[in-house]
Amino acid sequence: MSRIKDYASVAGESTVEELFLLAERLKGKTVQNINSTAVGGGVAEILVRMLPLLRDLGVDVWWDVIKGDERFFNITKKFHNALHGVDVSIGRDELEYFVDVNRENIKDVLRDADIHFIHDPQPIALIEEKARVGRKWIWRCHIDFTDPKKEVWEFLKTYIEQYEGAVFSAPAFSRPLTIRQVLISPSIDPLSDKNKELADDMINSVCERFKINRERPIVTQISRFDYLKDPIGVIKAYKLVKERVDCQLVLAGGGATDDPEGMKVLDDVRREAEDDPDIFILFLPPGSDVEINALQRASNIVLQKSLREGFGLTVAEALWKEKPVIASAVGGIPLQITHKYSGILTHSIEGTAYWIKQLLNEPDYARRLGANGKQHIQGNFLITRHIRDYLLLFLSLYEQKDIIYL
Amino acid sequence: MEKPFRFYTRLNLVELLGRQAKNVAELLEGVRQVSGSSIYYHTHRFLQQHHYLSPEPPNDFAFWVTNSVGLDTLGERLASVDTVKFRSIRGLREKFLEILESYSREQNSRNTDCQEGEEFHFMSCRTFILPTPYEAWNLKEFCEILRKVSINSIYFHIFEARLRLERGENDFSNWLEDIGQKKLARDISRLDPYTMTLEGLRKKLIQRASHNVKD
Repeated sequence: MSRIKDYASVAGESTVEELFLLAERLKGKTVQNINSTAVGGGVAEILVRMLPLLRDLGVDVWWDVIKGDERFFNITKKFHNALHGVDVSIGRDELEYFVDVNRENIKDVLRDADIHFIHDPQPIALIEEKARVGRKWIWRCHIDFTDPKKEVWEFLKTYIEQYEGAVFSAPAFSRPLTIRQVLISPSIDPLSDKNKELADDMINSVCERFKINRERPIVTQISRFDYLKDPIGVIKAYKLVKERVDCQLVLAGGGATDDPEGMKVLDDVRREAEDDPDIFILFLPPGSDVEINALQRASNIVLQKSLREGFGLTVAEALWKEKPVIASAVGGIPLQITHKYSGILTHSIEGTAYWIKQLLNEPDYARRLGANGKQHIQGNFLITRHIRDYLLLFLSLYEQKDIIYL
Repeated sequence: MEKPFRFYTRLNLVELLGRQAKNVAELLEGVRQVSGSSIYYHTHRFLQQHHYLSPEPPNDFAFWVTNSVGLDTLGERLASVDTVKFRSIRGLREKFLEILESYSREQNSRNTDCQEGEEFHFMSCRTFILPTPYEAWNLKEFCEILRKVSINSIYFHIFEARLRLERGENDFSNWLEDIGQKKLARDISRLDPYTMTLEGLRKKLIQRASHNVKD
């Protein structure tokens, strides 16, 4: 387990020093995180990594999980889809059941904390308890909701506006609300298996295992096999490139074997690849973080040609490894890439092919993009920045002004 | 007895205003109505987030008008606003309003919308200012601290103090003046920090200050 001081070597001494300065100002305050799952899923992953670091800084922070049955989670799954813009019908009885389950959780889950930090819609109605216990309440939304369905949004809004503030991951998710809204982007952990430095021997051995030739250019997209990640579009772009420039294509990612759609996407991808020996379709088992790290590091170019994206942290992962990245301008990707400065943003298969050729033929320019990208990630998307934002968010609850002297 | 220079640092929490613009008319309306902190944020974001880019991309307004609405001439006019000349956010806002209003008059309110998904999102920031443990009693110590203090601290004393806190001058020059380093104070005051990267600025400050250190 990494300690906060270990991050000084990658994020800078002064960055860690500032975290200690902020944490000291929070002495005496307790923070309770509440979400709906202890394992699996992005929220649990973030909390597992961040909480030990916050405690290491001296912040008194807890994490509790609400309980719900299958019916409850089916309803919250519908919320999730509706926030993504999918047409779903949710009955009045389902909304009532959702609130009832939240109420049942109150006595088991709520602690006597100064700040209640509620993650995602599942426990959102716990806010009803604010009238009784007071204290500070923040709602943290981890979901992409560029285009939420009106009924669900209106329902959730009645709860959201009872909080002191709401936190979103990208500017496009912000809505007119009567409460303060804060932008806190997700982050990558530079010391995790997926992002830590790897010896060249390790990178070689992973490439050898998959029969990828490191002597020839490698273009890679890391993502689960999902139509929204456009793996078919990636192969089409590769084919356009291959007419003029030699390269290999790696499509690597995981996915649940019991997900029928994932298997269908994989079949379609294999069909589109037409047994081309230079296309490597790698369906990786869970826990393949070192392999993903090695594949990213072995690549000359990394793609993220998604049609829709939440935040798209695979972009940050590749940029952290100083790779030139070509990605679609969707979700949180434009926050990570400034076009032609720290990567390339494209909108089509042809545009992606054009830029792959450009970057393979102009390695000096490609290197500059990668170097700029790494600096951008170092300054803005490492876990240390995420921790700093959380500390500022907690401190901001006790202040009204825009300029605050601590 | 001379006063020491206490280094402060500043950290920003970014706020979303839930307001967006899809064309120049909506941008103009937003620039007119948002808080001073929002104008400050959109004219300094690139500087703070992209420490490495040289030349820096301009302010957010210019970047969006050029890249998302495709109006190169207006984008250039917005980009050429010389931020270093302004002593207050009020003045800076008026300059942007003047450019946008003049463009709107020329266009007789014809408006091109940006592509869906590329809207301008108004944001703002809450700034936390706190003392670091570093204190300089003389120029030699000042140089040593400049080398190790966070870039946020240098940013605060050069940019935030002058424009946002309306202290008229950057903090370094004010202190240097007090300790009798008048020429160095003037040299630093004359720098245009908006046309270099923050690390580039750190290097220039160290160079100039160490030149004046007597062994």
